Amino acid sequence: MMLIPCPWCGPRNEIEFHYGGQADVHYPSDPRSTSDEDWAHFLFFRDNPKGVFTERWSHAAGCRRWFTVHRDTVTNEIHPDDSASAARTVTR
Amino acid sequence: MAEPYAESPLATYTEVLSRHSVPGRIDIAERPFVAQVDVRVDPKSPAAERIGTALGAMLPNQPGEVAVAGELSVLWLGPDEWLILGPEGSQETIQDTVNAALDGDHAAVVDVSANRTILSITGPKTRELLNKGCALDLHPRSFAVDRCAQTMLARAGVILVCRDTQLPSYWVIVRSSFARYVADWLADAAVEYGSGSG
Repeated sequence: MMLIPCPWCGPRNEIEFHYGGQADVHYPSDPRSTSDEDWAHFLFFRDNPKGVFTERWSHAAGCRRWFTVHRDTVTNEIHPDDSASAARTVTR
Repeated sequence: MAEPYAESPLATYTEVLSRHSVPGRIDIAERPFVAQVDVRVDPKSPAAERIGTALGAMLPNQPGEVAVAGELSVLWLGPDEWLILGPEGSQETIQDTVNAALDGDHAAVVDVSANRTILSITGPKTRELLNKGCALDLHPRSFAVDRCAQTMLARAGVILVCRDTQLPSYWVIVRSSFARYVADWLADAAVEYGSGSG
């Protein structure tokens, strides 16, 4: 069981969260001219590091906000995103 | 013409809950029909301030904070979301107050009174009972009076509100469709505290 630090609610049990996969996967800026290969990479290809992985989580059973953390995939140690304070600005 | 009729989600559970309550140790009861209005508005906007002024208490901006204004309680549910609790039947008055304060500004004000019901749990064993199904630290040091938290109780999503740390007394605000499950779970969890259990 992991204790995940929600930037709003503080550390909470893993079961309260929904996993959102790799962070910083950006929608292609010009989808019309994106090649099939690049489109496939955007849709399906993700890093799978042994070590620190930057990923998105949603506090589904709490404040329902998305946030970014750095998780070590070997030890499951989780560190808040450095810009977590910036992430506490309200987004809709 | 039909008479207006309302039945709370736990209307048929009154007897079960009182049978599993143990005088002096744990008391479980439903507080039905509490008016609930959900408000979503930009916390930094002038509209949020006007709503606070109209309600008599600023919308709390700290996670898990509850602001009390007379008969109303304003629960922090998210950085731009609040739940206003009021006495039975006051939902329209609350909505009118908030809408008047908004004065046409962008926000969402929704009557969610039928969404959830409230289980009130009181007595010295309350914290022990809740912690059987909830991982939060409920000690007054970290969960004091007028704090709220959205979390899981026995795997059901609930809002916990600390009403009193001396008795102590907590509210479990639970969705209507989960109410009977949570009530059953609480009744079962309270069995060990008394002999009056079935």
